[in-house]
This record gives sequence, C-alpha cells and structure tokens, in this order.
Amino acid sequence: MVSFELSDEQKMVQETVNSFAADQMEPIMRECDEQNAIPAEVISKGWELGLLGGCIPEEYEGFGEEISAVTGVIALEELGWGDLSMALHLMAPSVLAISVLDQGTEEQKKQILPAFCGEEFKAASCALVEPYYNFCASALRTTAVNDGDEYVLNGKKCLVPLAEESENMLVFAATAPGMGFAGVDAFIVPVSAKGVKVGEREKNMGIKALATYPVTFKDCRVPAAARLGGEAGCDFLRLLSRSRLALAALAVGMSRRALEHSRDYATQRIAFGEPIGSRQAIAFMIAEMAIEVDATRLLAWEAAWRCDRNIDFKKEAALAKNYAADMAMMVCDRGVQIMGGHGYVRDNPVELWFRNARGFAAFEGFVMV
Amino acid sequence: MIDFELSPRIKATRNMIHMFAESAVRPLARQYDEQEHEKPWDLLNMVQKVMGGGIAGAFGTEKKEDKGEGEGEPKEKKPKETNLAGAVTVEEIFWGDAGIALSFPGPGLGGAAVQASGTPEQKEKFLARFTGDKPVWGAMAITEPEAGSDTANIKTTAVLDGDEWVLNGEKIFVTSGKSALEDSEGFVVVWATVDKSAGRAGIKPFIVEHGTPGMQITKIEDKMGIRCSDTVSISFMDCRIPKENILGSPEVVDKTKTEGFKKVMATFDATRPLVAAMAIGVGQAALDFLREYLTEEGVELRYGINPHRMTSLERDIMQMEADLKAARLLTWRALWMLDNGLRNDLQASMAKAKAGLAVTRITQKAVEIMGPLGYSRELLLEKWMRDSKINDIFEGTGQIQLLVTARRVLGFTREQLK
Repeated sequence: MVSFELSDEQKMVQETVNSFAADQMEPIMRECDEQNAIPAEVISKGWELGLLGGCIPEEYEGFGEEISAVTGVIALEELGWGDLSMALHLMAPSVLAISVLDQGTEEQKKQILPAFCGEEFKAASCALVEPYYNFCASALRTTAVNDGDEYVLNGKKCLVPLAEESENMLVFAATAPGMGFAGVDAFIVPVSAKGVKVGEREKNMGIKALATYPVTFKDCRVPAAARLGGEAGCDFLRLLSRSRLALAALAVGMSRRALEHSRDYATQRIAFGEPIGSRQAIAFMIAEMAIEVDATRLLAWEAAWRCDRNIDFKKEAALAKNYAADMAMMVCDRGVQIMGGHGYVRDNPVELWFRNARGFAAFEGFVMV
Repeated sequence: MIDFELSPRIKATRNMIHMFAESAVRPLARQYDEQEHEKPWDLLNMVQKVMGGGIAGAFGTEKKEDKGEGEGEPKEKKPKETNLAGAVTVEEIFWGDAGIALSFPGPGLGGAAVQASGTPEQKEKFLARFTGDKPVWGAMAITEPEAGSDTANIKTTAVLDGDEWVLNGEKIFVTSGKSALEDSEGFVVVWATVDKSAGRAGIKPFIVEHGTPGMQITKIEDKMGIRCSDTVSISFMDCRIPKENILGSPEVVDKTKTEGFKKVMATFDATRPLVAAMAIGVGQAALDFLREYLTEEGVELRYGINPHRMTSLERDIMQMEADLKAARLLTWRALWMLDNGLRNDLQASMAKAKAGLAVTRITQKAVEIMGPLGYSRELLLEKWMRDSKINDIFEGTGQIQLLVTARRVLGFTREQLK
C-alpha cells in the first residue's frame, strides 16, 4: 500500500546523518574546497555512523543490518546536503564493499568485507570513468583479456577517488567489447599491483576536496579469482544502477541545501523596498526549484524501493540519475542567479554547489547504496 | 514505511477502469471531438447505471453519505486511500479520453463544495440525486469575465430579501454547466459576494437548482480541446433561491477573517491533485502510443547508456517518461497526505504545477516526434495535445500554482508575494 512515511529506523538514520552533516560537514565545506583537503577527523567521525559497516553481515564482522536501498538514499541525501566532496570521500569504499556484498563469491566476501567493519575508515576505490568525451559505461575502452588463470587489464581511467590511499580498487573493464553492459566485468585490483599506475591528483572544477586520480593499466595481470562473482562474472548494470541511485540522492541533498539557501536569501535581501522573493521572477524560480527537488527525491525513492523489492529497477535508476543531474544543475544555477553578484563570489556557498552540480553529468560509479 | 505498491483494492479498480477506458471510452474519442456539443448518451447512461454516482469518489467527494439510521454493524476498517484511489481511477479514465471523462455524470466540483461545507440537510437534499438511474451533473461557477483565479474580485452579488437570496451577475467557464442545468436535474454552486466591502470574507457559495427562474445559460464555448465536455456562461438576473441554499454561514462576522472562504478553497487541496491525475492519464496515453509505435518500427530504447550517446529520440522519450513519473509521484504524495489527514495545500499545488506543465510538454513533444502523422487528425495524438493543454489552465493555472508554492516555501502572505 502506497506510503510516503519513513519507518522509525529510517527517521533515525535521517536525523543522525543530518546532524552529522549540519555539525561536521557543512561548516567546513568552504575551507575544504579551498584547501583541496578533508580533515581525517571528519571522515573518521562520519565512519562512526556505521553506514557501510552496518549493512555487512555479521559473518563478515559487520552489524548485519538489513541492506536497504531506500534507507541508503535517505542517508545519502543528508550527506549530500552536508557536502558533496566529503560525502563522496566517506562513501567511496561502498563501491567495492557493496559490489562484493551483492555479487562477490564467498571467498571475495571473506577477503574484502571485514576490512570495512572496523572502527577506522578504510579507504577503497573504484575505477569506472574513462577520460574520453563520449565515455559510456556500456562501451568501456579498458579491456580485460582472459589469459589462462589470469586476466590482463589495459586502459585508462580517470576520476578514481582515493586511489593513492586505497589498498584495493574495483576496476571495471570490458571482457567482451561490443556486448554493452553484458560485456563488462569488475575486478578487485590491489593498487600496488604491477602494471597499475596512479597519476597525479586531478584538478576538477568542483568536488575539489575529494582526491581523485587518473589511473592507467598496462598489461596489469590479476588472478581470475579477482573477477567479481568469479567465473559467473557480475551483473554490471545492476551495480551501476545502485550507484546511480546513490548519485541521484546526493544530487537531491545538495540541491535541497541550495534551495534552502536561496529561499533564505530571497526573504532577507531587500531591493526596491521589499524582499526580492516578493517578485514573481524570483519567487517562481524558487517554486520550481522546490518542485523539482521533491520530484527527484521521489524518483530516487521509487527506484530504490524497487531495488529493495527485487523488482527490476535499472531503467528507473537511469531515469532518476539523469533527471537528478539536470535538476541539480538547474537548481544550483538558479541559486547563483538569485544571489546575483553575491552568488558569484566565493564568500558564498552557491558558487561551490554550482561547480559541484555540473559533475553529476560526468559522475558514474562513485558511490553505492 | 515507504511503499509504492498500490493496494490490491486499488489495483483491481485500476485494471477494471483501464479495460473500460480502452473498450468503451477510447473508441468514441475522435467522434465526440469532431461532434462538439454532443454527448455520448449511451455511454453516459451506462456509466450512471454501473457506477451509480460511485465515480463521484473520483472527483473530490469522499464518499456517499450514509443513508438512514441504525447502521449498527461495525464497519470494516479500510485503509485510508480514498483520494489516492480516486487519482488512479481518474488517470485511467482520462487515459481513455479526457473530453468524454470530463463529461461523465456526477457531483463534480459543485458536489465537492456541498460535501465539504454543507449541512447534513443540504447533503441529503443535494447529493442523493447523483445515485439514481439517470445521469445528473453538479457544477461550480466561480470565474467571471474579470475574475479568474483572482477570486476576491468576484462581482456577482447575493442579497437577502425575506426568505430568499437574490443573485445578480455573470459567470463564465462553468464546466458541465449545461449538463447540470439543462440536460439533467442538477445544480450549480455559485460564488457570490454578500458584502463587497468585505473582500474574501464576503464571498459565499450558493446552490442554484436547475430550472431556477432568472438563471440562464448565455453561451456555450467552442474549445480547442476537451470538446465533449461543455463549458458555459451563465447569467443571473434577479435569480431567487431559498435562504437555506447558502453553503456555510451567511454572516460576515469579521472582515479580517476568511475561514469560510478558506474552507471552500480547501476543496482544491483534493481537486488539484486530481486534475494533475487527469493530465497524467493523457500523458500516459501519448507515451504508451509512442512506445508501441516505435516498437513496431523496430526502434529500441536503450535505457542506462549515457545521455550523450542516446539518440535525440531516446533522450526525448526518457525525459518524457521521467517527467511523467515525477508528476505522478508528486500527485500520489499530495493525495496520500490528504488521505492521512495531513495538510497538503503546498504539495497539491506542486503536483498540479508539475503535471500541467509536464503533460503539456509531453504531448507536444509526442506530436513533434511523429511528424506529419502526429499533426494529422487520423491519430489521437494531436487531440491529446489539445486536450492536455487545459490541465495547465483550469483549477488554477500553472502560474497560480507556482505562486501558491512560492508563498509557502518562502513563508510569505499573499500581500508579501502578489
């Protein structure tokens, strides 16, 4: 039966993550962006929320709470509200962990998961995006060729978060080029493996506080057992869809924050004798921002609900993510526009959200629910 | 617990209504678009017999009044989903055809107003007629030549003269006015002012029965779409109605208080999402058609690939699908809130604003995609584009919805945000 009410547990998650975001993330967002760095202390405190470790079963040393995509998008919206860079840093390990949890072999689960159940933040990375204008997750140029009991990886990746500090990364590569999503597999690759080269930290327009790197693979050999899901391989589109849900939720959170900021400004800023929000030109922009933020949240919730119910959600996740990317850009652009010159200067946060927002069109496979 | 699965009861209704819309409504769509001002009487009679006013639930009235006394048996506790069920029903019928669906008999907005603010006697007297064998319509007359959404500017007057109210003025754009007053023994709820100096506080709704002397239909509009549904002008010249036909209190107690007005406006909290559902039904029809056609043409829609690799067609269709889904979810949320007793005026306006615009765009894009076929009257696409445009206009234009939304988001009064 249709309901839009959060369960008590979800409300608790929402409140807990929101107070972390409000107390720990948002106040230092600007400083982190300027310094291209996130204090380890914040990440450590965020890790204590147990968002990742919580959903890992007890047999792999987690808390064994039921993994729920709906609860995931609720939590991620709040992190996105706090700060996108920090949210992406904090949740970067989820891609490896949740992929293994969802589709890994028993050996892979035993090998990988316990590391993410400890008290200390454990970095992990993922390499999906490639540095080409027409990059598409279903047409990867990075290849993995089977050679006996090994796979040989070749190709270039970019936007690989936390590559330097991670022990392992999940690398997506085409095992059957031309076969679309069905021809893509994932490999658990140690960052220190031979043939892996992590380049210099990238300089991006936004998410500046998040460390991302280009990574090249040159005849990098990994054992066949490193292939996610073993011989059966993985359902790549399902993993990608889980990531799309997460990105949509982050976009909703950040856009909601931008909307709140614009709303407050429009009620306080006086021009021509009254608050600028008293003019329809401004008020209507804000109304549309509010409508689209809510609409996108509902799209993400519905897709996540399907995921939890084991109903096919790949199409819904794709629609939600693309919609969210457009929505975030629209909302954050208007946030700047409403503040005029004040929105363009770095004293104010809207320009930061604006820069971050553009990223959603390029982000794929960064986090997972 | 967040859940998007319709209850078995709603699902069953939806399937039934969908079959009905497909087999009985859709086949008549073109004919009653071309033959404007005519009604599919066979269908309307059948609808009345089968649904017996039951469809009223879909148009804003919550449920039929309990008749008689001593219904002592304990009622089964049903889930609170009357309004959501209404939206799903509306969506399916409008998927069949918007014009015909709008011409269905029932209490309509007028009945909704009686339901919302009538006395038990008024409800008994005016609502019982909708459950008979013959189709009966109710209508609401608010708009005037110089007062659309600006309802405070209503000039129609009501003056008490002994035991009667005397109405004078002119109303336009009355949906189903002819059906209510000439084609059946229905009524129209007319908004008039009892004290012009009181502004909104002076505006009261009055029930005017069919056949009341002094009330006359002066014009039947020719329209771009929803042609099967009649839209009329009504003039009131010394039109006398019984004193007890006022809805709510006749007193203008305090000119600064507009509770009565607000109560009637609250009707819109239920009807605006239903208008959104109407729009969504038409949008779904257009999208279903497109998808079927493209499948036949061998066009495969590739979900999940990156947007810049999609064809322009794929991008358009996915945008349309996401827009429609977004509108539907906003609509469901507004009605779920209503069903659960939560204040939903903001969410109702958000849903209407989104759906009206989304479906206007969707149907226009669908016509564009189909090129000459889309423009041709051979297909229904062009009709859907004409029909759906009304959804961004009636029951408050998209701009009025944005105004309501903005006021709530910004925390501004109507004086602070005009």
